[in-house]
Amino acid sequence: MSESSAPTTGLPPAAVDPAVAEEQDRKWTPAKIIIWAVIALVGGIAWAILAISRGETINAIWFVFAAVCTYLIAYRFYSKYIERKITRPDDTRATPAEYNDNGRDYMPTDRRVLFGHHFAAIAGAGPLVGPVLAAQMGYLPGTVWIIVGVVLAGAVQDYLVMFFSMRRGGRSLGQMAREELGIIGGTAALLATLTIMIIIVAILALVVVNALGESAWGVYSVALTIPIALFMGVYLRFIRPGRIMEVSLIGFALLMFAIISGRWVAESAWGAELFHLDRTTIAWAIIIYGFVAAVLPVWLLLAPRDYLSTFMKIGVIVLLALAIIVVRPEISVPAFSEFAGREDGPVVPGSLFPFLFVTIACGALSGFHALISSGTTPKLVEKEKQTRFLGYGGMLMESFVAIMALVAAISIDRGIYFAMNSSAAVTQGTVEGAVAFVNSLGLAGVNLTPDALTGLAANVGEESVVSRTGGAPTLAVGIATIMNQWFGGPAMMGFWYHFAIMFEALFILTAVDAGTRVARFMLQDTIGNFIPKFKDTSWRPGAWLCTAIMVAGWGYILILGVTDPLGGINTFFPLFGIANQLLAAIALAVVMAIVAKRGTFKHLWVVVLPLAFAAVVTITASLFKIFSPVPAVGYWAQHNAFRQALADGQTSFGTAKSVEAMEAVVRNTFVQGTLSVLFMVLTIIVIAMAVTATVKSYRTRGMPENEDPRVESRIYAPAGLIATPAEKELEARWKSLPAERQPVRARH
Amino acid sequence: MATRTLHGLASAGRNILWFLRGVLGEDAYQHYLAHHARVHPHAEPLSERAFWKDKMDWEDRNPQGRCC
Repeated sequence: MSESSAPTTGLPPAAVDPAVAEEQDRKWTPAKIIIWAVIALVGGIAWAILAISRGETINAIWFVFAAVCTYLIAYRFYSKYIERKITRPDDTRATPAEYNDNGRDYMPTDRRVLFGHHFAAIAGAGPLVGPVLAAQMGYLPGTVWIIVGVVLAGAVQDYLVMFFSMRRGGRSLGQMAREELGIIGGTAALLATLTIMIIIVAILALVVVNALGESAWGVYSVALTIPIALFMGVYLRFIRPGRIMEVSLIGFALLMFAIISGRWVAESAWGAELFHLDRTTIAWAIIIYGFVAAVLPVWLLLAPRDYLSTFMKIGVIVLLALAIIVVRPEISVPAFSEFAGREDGPVVPGSLFPFLFVTIACGALSGFHALISSGTTPKLVEKEKQTRFLGYGGMLMESFVAIMALVAAISIDRGIYFAMNSSAAVTQGTVEGAVAFVNSLGLAGVNLTPDALTGLAANVGEESVVSRTGGAPTLAVGIATIMNQWFGGPAMMGFWYHFAIMFEALFILTAVDAGTRVARFMLQDTIGNFIPKFKDTSWRPGAWLCTAIMVAGWGYILILGVTDPLGGINTFFPLFGIANQLLAAIALAVVMAIVAKRGTFKHLWVVVLPLAFAAVVTITASLFKIFSPVPAVGYWAQHNAFRQALADGQTSFGTAKSVEAMEAVVRNTFVQGTLSVLFMVLTIIVIAMAVTATVKSYRTRGMPENEDPRVESRIYAPAGLIATPAEKELEARWKSLPAERQPVRARH
Repeated sequence: MATRTLHGLASAGRNILWFLRGVLGEDAYQHYLAHHARVHPHAEPLSERAFWKDKMDWEDRNPQGRCC
């Protein structure tokens, strides 16, 4: 029955002859030399301008050139080096998509389509938010970390996890951890993954709540996505099954209507009354929504919203890239701001090292990707060699999204940036308070006026832009500023602002639903080890109970964040980054153990370098959060200061103006501090297990691998985006086979 | 010249459509039919409506993660 048992004789080879490929790869024709010299030169100039320029302004186009040229060079040379020395893909070997093809989750898929698929699964609101918050340190630290980080860490992680998962039949990161690191390492990795999912969902939800709080327009248009999705679901189920494109276009049109009509609703008395909600109410609405969405059948809400989200993701990213190239905004933010060398930044506290590297996680190194790169995508990969394009290339693309978000954030006035991103605890949430606070920071060239804030708020159709923390509103203002220069002018700013808020909310809500659902299945699987009944995922009580546990977990942290007297985002966001980098450290630790098992010690540094960096960053950041005596940085220092104040009978302390607020700080810092300790302990356990496994492999010069047995491949497709001459020739040979001998692959 | 540009535009449009359809997964039924014809050549495949119903029910049991 298995196709692999069928003879391969008479078929063209399933791989380009290695000698021919090698020759074409290594041969430097004059045209090739000129192209790469130009890329290197443009990239070098762009970096020099970014690094050295201390003029009044700098043009945003240099960010694009520096990023794109670096990506091209890294992709062509570094990822190729990794391919040659570490992964060593073999196209004569069938991928799980070929030998396990079930026409469902295992299915050879065209590399270009799969790239889009994989990218839509890894990229969401994360790369849009982190760079915005990190912009308080100036543009250079964030830019360097996003670009260098992705080349040496993020893309390496995604690529290697994808490759090794593919060699293991598409096994998940958790399963690989258990296999490679043993029961202790595997359990620690599972526990870490579950906790991290809770934290990530909670903080993403917090970003949405902050973007929608006291915004009738935003609440109305985002709320409307629910009936739109329900309509799409019903349409696909009962009216025209399978017409996904068609219904997505209808959904998109309805979405545009939701944004445009939001202005009319927000300006009407009844609309303002109905949709003007405070943050706590919105948080509860999201919690209830999260539970309902996770127990409803997928076809009704989750799947249609995912279509809409994917559609928007691709559209918005193309649009934003074009807008930045067309408008080329002038940036007046300094390379290093006043806060680069201090630890009291109002947006996210902490010194540049390590907090820059946890504030920007997605876009440079995101552990969460390891969950997509293992399990989902590897089951669809057609040929082994394509994993470089999909894994490494896909992550480069996400990094580019992060760079665009950074450009959008720094293209707005710095005074406005700080007024929007400083917590209400310091700005009092008023225009006067924000002006006084921002001007008291002593930032060079910043002189914020009340008119600037009220004028911007009026332009984007919001009541106020003061203390709209979380990154999403700032990015939306940045996008609106760039887009309205392209078309529409200031009259369109409100539309663009809410368009940006809408797609961020859409990405985040999709991540919230899907995250809750995936976490519920993981929890059921875990509990099922003790109570077998829980393994049955169609058993309603178990499903509802596990969903409720997961929702309660992130909902609790969300409510703490929303009601935090110290601000919320500034105290909770570091946990998001630490959790994400911790997952990256776990994924890289698993990869290190696998590479060591294969006996590739000479090039192990490719994995050890990002692993060591992620480990140092996560552990240092956790240590700061646990032991720093500076209350803004150290959770326990803050905790003890507030406890002491309460014990002394004080009724107001710092920005907490009542005993209840002080008690809230004591409680929140306890939760945050405990999570920091938990994260650090789990990281250390996993890394220790991986180092033990690596040393063991070194002593024995490699160990037997857990790869699936080799199966001969009987299909062929090129490796990268553009086929090389040798690949084209081989592709043509396969195409010229008579129809009945053609291999069946997903040709679309 | 004009017709060539027109042809170029039309083919670009077709490629974009093909890409989006693939990424959204609209071609799943065609894949299923091809797969079914190969694996169970003598059995009747599911109707389009039944296939999508089955696919969604399957996704209910096998959730796909979405990243941040």
